[in-house]
Amino acid sequence: MTTFLQQLVNGLSLGSIYALIALGYTMVYGVLRLINFAHGDVYMVGAYAGYYLSRRMQGREPSFASAALVMVGAMVACAILGLIIERLAYRPVRRASRLTLLITAIGVSLFIENGGQLVFGPDPKFFPSLAPHYEFVIGGVHLTSEQLTVIGVSFLLMVLLRFFIMKTRTGKAMRAVSFNLDAAKLMGISTDGIIAVTFALGSALAAAAGVLIGMQIPKIDPLMGILYGLKAFVAAVLGGIGNVPGAVLGGMLIGTSEVMVVGYLSSTYRDAIAFGILILVLLLRPQGILGRVQKEKV
Amino acid sequence: MRLRSLLWAAAVAMVLPAFGCGKGRTTDEIRVGEYSSLTGTTATFGQSTHNAVTMAYDEVNAAGGVLGRKIKVFVEDDQSKPEEAATAATKLINQNKVVALLGEVASSRSLAAAPICQANSIPMISPSSTNPRVTQTGDYIFRVCFIDPFQGGVMARFASETLKVKKVAILVDVRNDYSIGLQTFFRENFKRLGGTIVSEQSYSEGDSDFHAQLTQIKSANPEAIYVPGYYTEVGTIARQARELGIPSTVPLMGGDGWDSPRLWEIGGEALNGCYFSNHYSTDNPAPVVQKFVKDYKERYKQTPDALAALGYDAAKILADAMQRAGSTDGQKVRDALSATKEFQGVTGKISINSDRNAVKPAVILKVENGKFVYSATINPEDVKM
Repeated sequence: MTTFLQQLVNGLSLGSIYALIALGYTMVYGVLRLINFAHGDVYMVGAYAGYYLSRRMQGREPSFASAALVMVGAMVACAILGLIIERLAYRPVRRASRLTLLITAIGVSLFIENGGQLVFGPDPKFFPSLAPHYEFVIGGVHLTSEQLTVIGVSFLLMVLLRFFIMKTRTGKAMRAVSFNLDAAKLMGISTDGIIAVTFALGSALAAAAGVLIGMQIPKIDPLMGILYGLKAFVAAVLGGIGNVPGAVLGGMLIGTSEVMVVGYLSSTYRDAIAFGILILVLLLRPQGILGRVQKEKV
Repeated sequence: MRLRSLLWAAAVAMVLPAFGCGKGRTTDEIRVGEYSSLTGTTATFGQSTHNAVTMAYDEVNAAGGVLGRKIKVFVEDDQSKPEEAATAATKLINQNKVVALLGEVASSRSLAAAPICQANSIPMISPSSTNPRVTQTGDYIFRVCFIDPFQGGVMARFASETLKVKKVAILVDVRNDYSIGLQTFFRENFKRLGGTIVSEQSYSEGDSDFHAQLTQIKSANPEAIYVPGYYTEVGTIARQARELGIPSTVPLMGGDGWDSPRLWEIGGEALNGCYFSNHYSTDNPAPVVQKFVKDYKERYKQTPDALAALGYDAAKILADAMQRAGSTDGQKVRDALSATKEFQGVTGKISINSDRNAVKPAVILKVENGKFVYSATINPEDVKM
């Protein structure tokens, strides 16, 4: 039983990373109907931004304040990266066919991956410890402060995002653009601005995930975004793409089932399970767990 | 893609002059090829080997060379990829006309290049590929290190007789021939010595989250954990094991894949008190070892790891064989290599057996605050393969 609970904790902390990345996918999809394949790579850049920032802070004692500072710094850096990607790559082709957009996204993704290898070097790097390390034992289950931070910060950011989308004017505008871009434009909403904000926000969340994973699993490399990005994408589809709580639920489900498979079956099936789930969802409930069926307008 | 073609152009530009002015003097120098992982996932392995090979031949040349001729090394980077290793070997043999090849560290890459050397009757010496299949490719393929069955057996013996543990868990990299080889022979030997394997878990090279496997291992209450992987993953595994509450009294044990200065950088204090089998120890007081360590430190400003020591020995044994053969002809050098007996290398006295493998003792090193401290020596006759 203890082992099972421990696996559950492991799964939730992995799942909250997937959830944070999945949120970015879902937001961009919700607003633009675009699968932003470069999102996983923005997450990688976030991890590296955190790495270089924390190297600058070395010498200081690890503290939660400096960890928070690094995280905010990485989020700002990636928000700017998100804005640049949107402005240079996606905006010029926004009116083109969806296929064009998709191919552009793949191009951006390849560009960041290979550029990352050039700029950061192809060898893995190791995150210095940012926050003080504590361990708690509750009923035989070991919790580290890193795991708690990951789960806690993820939930905090998700709640803030939900609040932002539901309660603020910009959030309302975002929902309007998501509902109908042209109608929103006619109502005087600056759609370009809203789309830019969406990208910045999604990228900042990815950066947060990058720093959080750096704290928990200190190894980062320029290709780390590929698999995490794909799994987060599966999580977003599983929860219902375009749906914010769905992305969180999907991330948790993928993370937990992956850990359970490794724990009780074999690590070889680790990646197979995520994609197996994707296929099942697409067959049985294409709109995802929390997604709503959308009628295609002709 | 663009970058790669640029790199090729640069490589060609560097090689061309060597052809241009080398033409008339080819008889003057002995051309030896080396293919190494100078970049990529096991970059520190290739760099150490290359440094040591360069140092060995500088010493040989300073002492008058071999057969009165100087040795010139041609090096190719295989980017830690097997397919590039095959390309590198082909290029060295066909374009640079080398008479013998040194390489590789990783077994998967040696296995990719070995058939090419065999087909061209060019002797190849792998400094540190430990998978048994490497030298089975053919009679031109040699190595100067021990093989996986021996290494797995060494750790089984050490665990059961020195550490006196009875229950061991194994965490193996299922995508890596080296790791699986060590696991198989450790399990076999450890069981024969009366121990039990309480849990076997697996991961794949490149994974970074091992919490699930380690949680299962923890629930089996092992007295030690055998992790025959490479340093990048091992460091992370050690860290996560301690986070999950596996106490530091349960040591992790591994093989020569742990031997990298980066191991400590990744795993840190979680690795204190862990053991791994290796080819040599810098603590060995033998003059040949101490001279090598001193020279290497002076030249490269770092402590030579086992891969450097083996690269050095491979280079020296090749030079010795050519001297004894009285020729650089592939077949004659091959015969001289197979006749190598009790060659005094940095990694011990090396004899080549009928399978073209080196027979020699292994050492067990203990990790203590970032240093690898000598703990025991285990001789070939103590281990049943």
